[in-house]
Amino acid sequence: MTAVTERQKLAYVNAQAADGRVNLEFETEEGMTLNMGPQHPATHGTLRIVAKLDGEQVIACEPIMGYMHRGYEKLTEVRTYPQVTTLVNRIDWLGSFANEVPFILAAEKLMGVEAPPRAQWIRTILFEMSRLANITLFLGDMALQLGALTPAFYAFRDREFLLNQIEAATGGRFHPNFDRIGGLKDDLPKGWIADTKVAMERIRSFCDLTDDLVTGNEIFQARTRGVGVIPADVAQSYGLSGANLRGSGVDWDLRRDQPVGLAWDNVAWKVWTHPDGDSFSRFWVRLQEVRESTKIVEQLCDGIPTGSIMAKVPRIIKVPEGEAWVATENPLGEMGYYVVSKGDLGPFRVKIRSASFNNISIVPWVTRGVYVPDVITILASLYFILGDIDR
Amino acid sequence: MQDTPADVTAEGVGPTDELRQGLIEAFRAELGDQVVGSHVVPGDSLWVRVSPEAWREAGFIARDKLACGFFDFLSAIDWLPSPFGKSEDAPMGESLEPTGARGEIVTGYAGGESRFQMLARVQSLSRRYGILLKTDLSEDDLIVDSWLPVYAGANWHEREVHEMYGIGFRGHPNLIALYLPTGFEGHPLRKDFPLLARMVKPWPGIVDVEPMPDEADDGGSGESDGESDAASEEGSG
Repeated sequence: MTAVTERQKLAYVNAQAADGRVNLEFETEEGMTLNMGPQHPATHGTLRIVAKLDGEQVIACEPIMGYMHRGYEKLTEVRTYPQVTTLVNRIDWLGSFANEVPFILAAEKLMGVEAPPRAQWIRTILFEMSRLANITLFLGDMALQLGALTPAFYAFRDREFLLNQIEAATGGRFHPNFDRIGGLKDDLPKGWIADTKVAMERIRSFCDLTDDLVTGNEIFQARTRGVGVIPADVAQSYGLSGANLRGSGVDWDLRRDQPVGLAWDNVAWKVWTHPDGDSFSRFWVRLQEVRESTKIVEQLCDGIPTGSIMAKVPRIIKVPEGEAWVATENPLGEMGYYVVSKGDLGPFRVKIRSASFNNISIVPWVTRGVYVPDVITILASLYFILGDIDR
Repeated sequence: MQDTPADVTAEGVGPTDELRQGLIEAFRAELGDQVVGSHVVPGDSLWVRVSPEAWREAGFIARDKLACGFFDFLSAIDWLPSPFGKSEDAPMGESLEPTGARGEIVTGYAGGESRFQMLARVQSLSRRYGILLKTDLSEDDLIVDSWLPVYAGANWHEREVHEMYGIGFRGHPNLIALYLPTGFEGHPLRKDFPLLARMVKPWPGIVDVEPMPDEADDGGSGESDGESDAASEEGSG
């Protein structure tokens, strides 16, 4: 390791200011290379897709990412434990609160701290509301990708009710930063539960609307049925999770199958699967998931236990030496943190296992042989958030 | 608070514990003394450390014999204590030569002999357990068998580990950069790679972590060791 000179530092700053990235060239011997992105509407973010075509058919397709890589795994190493939640908020930015929970749970596991029941229930409610805010937008966006504009407006309109509730409770619409080691920052405000129930009604009517407008639509069915079929064993070997796995007929939901101490066990709900494994089934599973989620929130709202929202934790948080892995069923799929602690104020190493990274890694496999418009369908139905791929 | 996590979650001892011991035995039956270490947190997690030669074989055993068809993630850990501390109080303009002496490498669960360690997790959806696999890599020969034949999903994970740690994968056909721009020098997640953003601009968050003067009236129990630990924290930085 040599010393870094002033010039190198300057070069680094310049590189930050204008990222002079040299893109990888995609080899072509014959046929046509189609470049989508990095700023293509269908990639909602800066994901670049390079597809090699034979006529209208895709021979090979490779996603190229890194345009938004922020190096969170490195950054966690220079932060204290409470500061990390601010970072991980920005991984899946549509369901931010859900990103904080597994990290906090991992830290709590290492410390041997358990949040009081009230905190666990409110965490679960906010977790599910993150899921709703995230997947509601997916339901609108999926239709938008396939050429239907209206559902997207409905999605944005009705998501507003959720964001208002999240804001009322946490103070942040997108990045709550509300979860704490040992509990939560604050209790719920007055009247919040009644308003939340209204929002849940609203989301359920949005689901019915989506059913009417999209699910039964002939064009939508023609564009999605049988497109991008992923068999269950392939899905598992790529580590697909969430609705992408359940859409392939695998009955696996971490909320039910790998409980981490949150309140899902206390309410009645159902895990939906679909045997087809195509784009339609992934959409359909998510639609049902939103309905189940509204039921979870309503039931939890009726039974929040009383008591403290914060366990007794020291003011300066030090996590004892050890290693812990905690994963939860986030809106996009399995999100997990592998935390290595050396007994310091901050983690020694954090491996962030984000759902979209694994979910998108199947794209080269699943797009082989499909037609160009189907690439859009498949990408939309796999549903990724750029920050969740690039971290 | 002084307990290790194994003691905290010890109430799960019983059938699940036997389950994880059985998994270790299954690895031993197949790999013999290639299984060089293991660690169990009863009712929760299992770590198995194998020799690097058996890395791919361990993946096959997990997949075929132990029903772990679900590939979770693959990564690595650099156990070198950071020579830059937490970069919190590095004054601007100072040399970025690593200041701390190269500290002793202390590895985590299931032990370890070298600085770099591979880490992967696979999961059985039908039997509902996960296995964390580790292997040590010699610093002179940072290469290990690719897991591509075992799990197709390992492709991007290995590319990421390759660029972030400089670890090679035998049998990986396309080990190009995943995130970093072409021509990027260094391996960012190695501990001796300085976090330049923190070096050129001081970190404003430092005020938040200053020890409180009135630790005593915090009311917390068993936290009296806070100050001495804080001092050692400064020393490492």
